[in-house]
Amino acid sequence: MLFYLAGILAIVATLMAVTRRHAVHALLYLIVSLLAVAIDFYTLGAPFIAALEIMIYAGAIMVLFVFVIMMLNVAEHAMEVERYSLKPSNWFGPALLAFILLGELVYCTLTSTSSFRAATVTPKQIGIALFGNFWIGVELASLLLTAGLVGAYHLGRQAFAKEETKHAADTNTARPDTGRDLVHAGAGRTHNAA
Amino acid sequence: MFTLGLAGLITRRNLIFTLMSIEIMLNASGLAFIAAGSRWGQPDGQIMFLFILTMAAAEVAIGLAFVLLFHRKQPELDVDAASKLRG
Repeated sequence: MLFYLAGILAIVATLMAVTRRHAVHALLYLIVSLLAVAIDFYTLGAPFIAALEIMIYAGAIMVLFVFVIMMLNVAEHAMEVERYSLKPSNWFGPALLAFILLGELVYCTLTSTSSFRAATVTPKQIGIALFGNFWIGVELASLLLTAGLVGAYHLGRQAFAKEETKHAADTNTARPDTGRDLVHAGAGRTHNAA
Repeated sequence: MFTLGLAGLITRRNLIFTLMSIEIMLNASGLAFIAAGSRWGQPDGQIMFLFILTMAAAEVAIGLAFVLLFHRKQPELDVDAASKLRG
């Protein structure tokens, strides 16, 4: 019963997240969907994975999304978005879905013996299997995370370098044509040298 | 849920929504893994979900860095505009 309620909630929240026009609203619905999926994991007998889902997905990855969205539409329609997001019809949907989830959570804690109880896999079992049978997977995951870190750093550094050159070019074109001649002379010389 | 994520990936033209749809699809496959693992009472499904989680974290870091880089070049976040990428 709890499982199906959380599942329906997750599907509804995902549907809303995909169909929203505004990115922040979609993000709110997506967080509710992730929390509902975490409750599904809990009822399926995986409390460790449910905690990880909330911490990593709803915590870390969604914070990354929020940061990028905040960095993307800075100062474009900041005031308009601010006024728009204070309307109650915008946060009513995620609030309602999250309220149902809160009710489920309270119900879970009050009645500790759930009706739909599958075989619970403890974190100890997971750790033994993870570092026993799947050690090569752990190594591959660490390699993947290192590659992701290096790749994200490379992309970010390239962005900063591009911004520097763009800024220099803008200041050059903003000057009168002596600067442009200088740029042309430099470009021609490097072309001849090549 | 996987179908919903796939539909979102196809229909939306915004890069942010594309990344969100990929997250939804990964999450749905993780849910399937957890369900199968709990059906047989084995921890293997949860370990697979751990790997999916790691992969999603790395993927979203790269993807969002790319989105930032793309936004500096092109103010609108359109996937069709990404076909003009050269070098």
